[in-house]
Parts: sequence; C-alpha cells; structure tokens
Amino acid sequence: MHANTIAQIARDLRNKEYSSEELTQHYLDRIQRLDPNYNSFISVTAEQALEQARAADKQLSEGNDNPLCGVPIAHKDIFCTDGVRTSCGSKMLDNFVPPYDATVVENYKNAGAVSLGKLNMDEFAMGSSNETSFYGPVKNPWDTNCVPGGSSGGSAAAVAAQLAVAATATDTGGSIRQPASLCGVTGLKPTYGRVSRWGMIAYASSLDQGGAITRTAEDAAIMMNTMASYDSKDSTCIEREVPDYTATLNDSLQGMTVGIPKEYFGEGLNAETGARVEAAIEEYKKLGCNIKEISLPHTDLAIPAYYVIAPAECSANLSRFDGVRYGYRCEDPKDLGDLYKRSRGEAFGEEVKRRILVGSYALSAGYYDAYYRKAQQVRRLIKQDFVDAFSEVDVIMGPTATAPAFEFGSKNADPVAMYLEDIYTISVNLAGLPGMSIPCGLVNDKPVGLQLIGNYFEEGRLLNAAHQFQSATEHHLKTAPTHD
Amino acid sequence: MEWETVIGLEVHVQLATNTKIFSGASTDFGAAPNTQACAVDLAMPGTLPVPNEQAFRYAIMFGLAIDADIGKRSVFERKNYFYPDLPKGYQTTQLDAPIVGPGHVEIQLSDGSTKSIRIHHAHLEEDAGKSLHEDFHGMSGIDLNRAGTPLIEIVSEPDMRNAEEAVAFAKKLHSIVTSLGICDGEMSQGSMRFDVNISIRPKGVEQLGTRTETKNLNSFRFMEEAIKLEVERQIDVLEDGDDIVQETRLYNGDTKTARSMRSKEEANDYRYFPCPDLLPVEIDDDYIEAIRKELPELPDARQQRFEESYQLSPYDAGILAADGNIANFFEATVNTCKDAKLAANWVMGEMSARLNSEEKSIKDSPVSAEHLGGLIVRISDNTISNKIAKQVFDAMWQGEGDADSIIEKKGLKQMSDTGELEKIVDEVLANSQAMIDDWLASDEAKRKKKMGGFMGPIMKATKGQANPGLVNKILSKKLNNLL
Repeated sequence: MHANTIAQIARDLRNKEYSSEELTQHYLDRIQRLDPNYNSFISVTAEQALEQARAADKQLSEGNDNPLCGVPIAHKDIFCTDGVRTSCGSKMLDNFVPPYDATVVENYKNAGAVSLGKLNMDEFAMGSSNETSFYGPVKNPWDTNCVPGGSSGGSAAAVAAQLAVAATATDTGGSIRQPASLCGVTGLKPTYGRVSRWGMIAYASSLDQGGAITRTAEDAAIMMNTMASYDSKDSTCIEREVPDYTATLNDSLQGMTVGIPKEYFGEGLNAETGARVEAAIEEYKKLGCNIKEISLPHTDLAIPAYYVIAPAECSANLSRFDGVRYGYRCEDPKDLGDLYKRSRGEAFGEEVKRRILVGSYALSAGYYDAYYRKAQQVRRLIKQDFVDAFSEVDVIMGPTATAPAFEFGSKNADPVAMYLEDIYTISVNLAGLPGMSIPCGLVNDKPVGLQLIGNYFEEGRLLNAAHQFQSATEHHLKTAPTHD
Repeated sequence: MEWETVIGLEVHVQLATNTKIFSGASTDFGAAPNTQACAVDLAMPGTLPVPNEQAFRYAIMFGLAIDADIGKRSVFERKNYFYPDLPKGYQTTQLDAPIVGPGHVEIQLSDGSTKSIRIHHAHLEEDAGKSLHEDFHGMSGIDLNRAGTPLIEIVSEPDMRNAEEAVAFAKKLHSIVTSLGICDGEMSQGSMRFDVNISIRPKGVEQLGTRTETKNLNSFRFMEEAIKLEVERQIDVLEDGDDIVQETRLYNGDTKTARSMRSKEEANDYRYFPCPDLLPVEIDDDYIEAIRKELPELPDARQQRFEESYQLSPYDAGILAADGNIANFFEATVNTCKDAKLAANWVMGEMSARLNSEEKSIKDSPVSAEHLGGLIVRISDNTISNKIAKQVFDAMWQGEGDADSIIEKKGLKQMSDTGELEKIVDEVLANSQAMIDDWLASDEAKRKKKMGGFMGPIMKATKGQANPGLVNKILSKKLNNLL
C-alpha cells in the first residue's frame, strides 16, 4: 500500500481496495517501525489521524470526489495546527500548541486529507542539512550517514521512506527543492503569493512560500489544487483563480523552449551530477523541446543578497519569541533584560542566532545602505535576469543542488560552504518564481535532482513538463534502498 | 540675555475605527485586560497583519483637513525594539513614505492674531499595549487591549515660540480631529498624547539649540506647565554656563516636576526596514476626491456658520465649534429647541460645569441633547423659570426622565395665573408694612432696587414657581398705586 501515489490511492479508496482507516493505520505502523531510522517526524498524531481517516471513509461513502480525501499526508512543523504542538524545529516552541490552523492545514482538512503528524525541519527553517533541528537531524533514507537536505528534510525523507504519501513543506531559499533533490522525490515551490502564509511561521516573509513534496508530478498537481488559494488573512497572497493543475499534465511539450543558464553549469557543480542533469535535458529534447542556452548574469550575487535580506527579515520576525507570552521562558529571570537574554539565548540554536545577528547588523544605522538597500537592488537585478530570460524561453532547467547528499558534519563547520548548497535555488526565491525539483538519476546510489523554473504563476507548465518527463522515464520510481 | 523658545510637537492621535489597524479585534476602551487582543495582536507565530481601510480613510481625512498632500504610495516599516507591551518586538509604522505629507494648521492667539503652524507629515502606525506596574507580586502586568489600535502621529515643524502657541496648536488639532470624527478626543483615556520638543536660543540667533523631548503629556494644562518648567530649566542650565543634554524627559503633573528618562546615547537603533508582510498601499486620486467630498465641516468654517446662522458672538461660536463633540451636541440641542442663544448658554454654562466637575466628556453626558432641548423649550414658553430649570436639569442629570415628565411629576410648572398671583402679592404686601413704608420713603432710583425685596417672600409663597416677569408687573402696579 505504501508504494502508492495519491492518484492510485484515490482510485483504490473508491474501489474499496482498502479503507482510509486501514491505510492510515498501515502508515502509522510504518512510522513507528521505521522512523527511528530517519527521525523525520517530530510529532505523530495517531489518534487524530485515525479519527480523520474514519471521517474520510464516511465522506468517501457519501461520494466525496476530492482525490485527497482519506489520503495520509503530513505537515512540516512550521505550519500551525490547532491543538497540536507546532515547534518549528526549535526549543523555543517545544511547548507551543497553537489555537488555530494554518490556511494550508485548513485547506487539507477541508479536502478530507488525513494528517499523520508534524515533520522535522531545520530550526525556524534555517539550514540546508536538517542538522539545526532541536529534535536532532533527519537522516537521508538513501544513506543514513548523509543529510536529507533542508530545511524541509523531514518532509523529503518521510515521502522518500514512504512514511507519508505526500508532505507539505516550505521554501525560502531552496528548502523544498534541495531536500527533494537529495532524497529523490518531487518538490514544488509555487510562485510567491500563490499559497497563503497565514499560520506558517515566518522565517523571511518576502521569500517564504509553502509547497509540497510528493512522489510524482501528478501528485504535486493534486496537492497544489488544494493548497493554492486566495486568503484575505495574508496581504501578500495574490487574488487569482486557481487552475486545475492536473488538467494540463498531459499537454504535449512539442515546441516548448527550455532555457539552460550557463551560470548553473560552471565551477562548483559536481561533474557526475552535471552529467545526469544534461542527460535529463537530452530527454526533453526527445520530448520535442527546443533547448536554448541562456544567461542569468547576476547569479553569483544571489547568495550574498539572500544572506542579507533573509537574516534582516528574520531578525525582526523572531523578535516575538521573547519569553513573555508563549514559548520558552528561562527559569527565575531576575529582571526584564535577563528574561530576554536568557530566554532567547537558551532556546535559539547557533544558526538561528547567527542569522539574527547578521540581520540586525545589516539593518543597523550606518550599515543599512551598504547592506540591506544594496541587497534589495541586487534582488531587482536578479528578478530582471529572469524577466529577460522568460521573454525567450518557457521553462528554465538546471541542477537543483551542486552534488548528491553529503555526510553529516561535513559542512556545518563552515557556514558559507553550507550556504552555497542553495546556489541554484536561491535566485528563484529572490525573484518570487515557481520552481520544482524532480529526480533525474543517481550518483553513487544517491539521487540527483533536475530543477525546473517557471514564469510567474506557471506552476501548471512546470507540472506538465515534470509529468511528461516522469511519463517517459523511471528515475522517480526508484526508491531508497534502506526500506524494509 | 533674552532667550527665544522653539517648540515642535509630535502628537499621537488614536483613530476611532471599530477594529484595530491590522486585525479584527475591537478598539473599545476600558474592557477587561487582554480581552480585546486576538492572535494577531498577541503576535502569535504565523499570524499576519491585514491593513484596516478605515484607518487609511481617517488619515486621509486629516491630511485633507490640513491642506496636505496625500502620499500616493504609502509604505509600512518595522521599527525594532524589545518591550513587553510590544508583542512582535517591532512597531509597524511609516518612515519615508507616510500617508500625509506637509500641511499647515492656523491657530488663533489671545491677542487676536493668527499664526500658521507647519505640519512636517503625519503617518499611520499601531499603538503598543500597556505595562501595568501595579501590584503583581513584584512583577509587571501586560494589557494588550490597546496593542494594534490605529494611530496617526502628527509631526509639526518647530514653529511655536511659547507655551501659549503650543497649547493653541494642540487644541486646534484636537478640534480638527474631533470635528472630523476620526478621534474621540478623550485625552484622559490617552486618545491624544503629546510629545513636546523644546529648545531655546539667544534672541536673534538662527541656529537651533539642543532640544529635549518631554513625552506623553495627555492634557493641555500639563503641556503648558511642562513647557514652562522645561524652558526655565534650560535657561538656568545655559546661564550657569552648562550645556543642554539631548534627552527624553517625563513630566509628572501631580508633583509638577520633570525628570530625565534617557539620553541620546541610550537611544535605541530602531533598525527600520520595510515590512515584508504588508505591500505598499497605492492610493488613487478618485479615492482621495471621494473622501474630500464627504469631509465634515471643519472648526473654522463651523465657527463662522455658528456666528452667521445662529447670531452667536465670535467668542461663543469659537468655543462651541472647537470641539466636534460639543459642536454636534449644541446643534442637536438647537435642533430640538430652536433657540440658539439659550442652547449656547446652557451648553457652555450648566452643562460644561457639570461635565467638568464630574470629569465627564460630553459623549458620556447623562443628559442628551434632545433632553436639554426639551428643557429649553419649556424655558422659552415660560412653563418654567430659569431657576426651576436648573432644578429640572439636576433631575435629568440624575436620570429621572425628560423635562416635561419631571415638571409634571414634581409640579414645577410656573404659576402664570394673574388672578392667583395677585392674591399672593396682596397677601405678601399685607404682611410687609415696614418694607412698604421704606419703599415709599425712598427716592425713585432706589425704589426699583428695593422692589426686589418683595420678590423673595412671593417666590417663597409660590415655591419658586411664580412667573417672575408677571409678578414684577403686578407688584410694580400695586406699589405704584400706593404712591
């Protein structure tokens, strides 16, 4: 049962091959048995999941036609869940139980999907290896000595290890696409503003975007149909009709122009990873696409610009965690200053502190123009690179990450090496574009991802391109070897 | 040396919107602590702000009232600092792109002259909560009901030269915002708070001296006292050969003293940057013009209208028009009683005195404009005398109903029956031979005055209900007959 996609499960549930309750129980058993190997869940909500499954079975018997009805998924622990602890991977929120659902969570509840629990992640979504989680690192199901990527490492690992059919995730600089690449699954980061950020704990508000990690592009389309919505509670959410993303999956790619940015194939790209990506692009040629080399000239400025803007925003976003109203509070504070310093000092991890400090510095009097303002100017140039490129091409493709999954500890001594993990993904967030990662082969038995970047609100075209590739190839069907 | 004082004001005005600037929680004053703070106001994780259109509308109304340019592109910034009554750890405010640009306000001074005070800008922002340093077993309490209440902060140019001008400016702002109906004007509840920037310089010198800022003054009287005190302090410091330290000061209205709160060196670096949760708000000309069309009458125009259509003196009209709530009450009263002069006297006289002595605002007056108007109708039609009217007003104030029912219930109707009054006058005269003799012995000028002596016993005999005009007529006729 656990090898099935959402699309298959939707058919099986209606054909009464098994009930949602049986399926949910099966997943709960798998999580209990296997997740100690991966640590992909922070909280498993078994009782609630079974209750939701029984409700879904009832809805199915009454003719509910949403393909997610009764399907066991799991949420990244950054999405607030009513009555269920939402930690954001931090000691700061280890005791935090929100009294409300994120809009994304609510949308899936309304669809009848079953939530198995909350998925591990880098603390406050800051990290590319899942090593910054207060709950310990997630292990890559393909090689448990390796990282799953981050920050949505729990989401990618859970789907790769088949502990959930699909998972929600978020992407601020590559946090959906890079772990999807490292875990051999499909990840979609939508256009900024396509998915509501209400109830999604903010890291860098102008970059954060919710999305999904699934086994196939078809499943990603199904997930998007429910996740995307206009939400008046999020002022940055864009009021725009949500198309049926599954309707265009089988469109022909004949005549589609694929842009290959030369900057994504330079120094720093692992040769074998590059070869798998090039082979995938050859496949697109066979599917009828025109391949065109393009340039995104400001690519090398993306990481420095991101590491000013994201920390600046996070330095303010994380100020609310002060030990006053909820979350961690230090023992016996002697005065207000002590309360602030110790609550924050004791509950935030190293990487979070580093980014708060960097961001506070970049916004300080006398430095603002040199850092924050300059980074915003660079951001506009990067966006313009893409606008220019999309006047010539339909989709941009390249590697998602520079190399397959790396071993634990190999990069955390050097923050800059870790930051370079996101070199191909970060520009997409700065520009606010939709991006995907799909499996395109293995290097040393570890997955490699192909990144697809689309124009604004062209998630449908990305999903179409990904689905056509997956219909013609079998990379996405390979599963992690450490399974039972 | 002769010194010149230079004063600029920063005024926080709470906007009278139903809900908060970025959340749907109510803005009512006086609820139990933390009952009017929703997840957004508490800065719960994952919550997001949504701007309140009414706050923009009110800010634009203010901008139009002071003849200012309206910011077509309005940007919110985060002002970062830690304090327990600031739940997000930053205040959402405006910096480089405020909603209201430069404008000006005209003030009238006691010597009859007028002066124009320039407004630098006014911006929208959210209020903080309140820290309650009362008895919480050695801890402080936090009430977040006020957190997120919309404010406009009005920043003047340093155009004022003494306390009188500053107070006149503050009063004028109060008058404008209450006339517009964008603020309830309740100073004691913190609806308007004044920060005063003060510096002095030798007369004739152009360069400004080092200034201090006295924060959070919430009455005109405190403002005047604080300015005078600070000016004296600065003169003393400079004349002693010392320097003024740039600092924030707090004035205590009870002890009439001020103290330094923090110096410039201790000031925060607020690390402003544009709020990424709120997109810039574009305001088009049609929107502004639609608001301009519906703009209520402003105090100056209202004063003029009061003078012209109600034949009030400029002084009376000025007082009544200055406070929007009072002006509205006055007009509603006139509407009922159709006697503007009497209505003006009652609103400015008995009504104001009672409100002042009980520290109530006119909005909380137990006597409504309709009831007051009803009372005035009974004065004009001679049903009751002025003296009895005060008694009826007292009863209305105690909530005993409208004027007519009180007059009826208490039997306060004026005695205007000539026959009956003549009888009473005769009785009083029959028992006042000494007074009559005295009156007859007096010269003509004194007689008029001494006639008043008979009024007391007559009023006493009628329990004050005799129509005084009528009694006067009867009495003078009868006395003159004795001559």
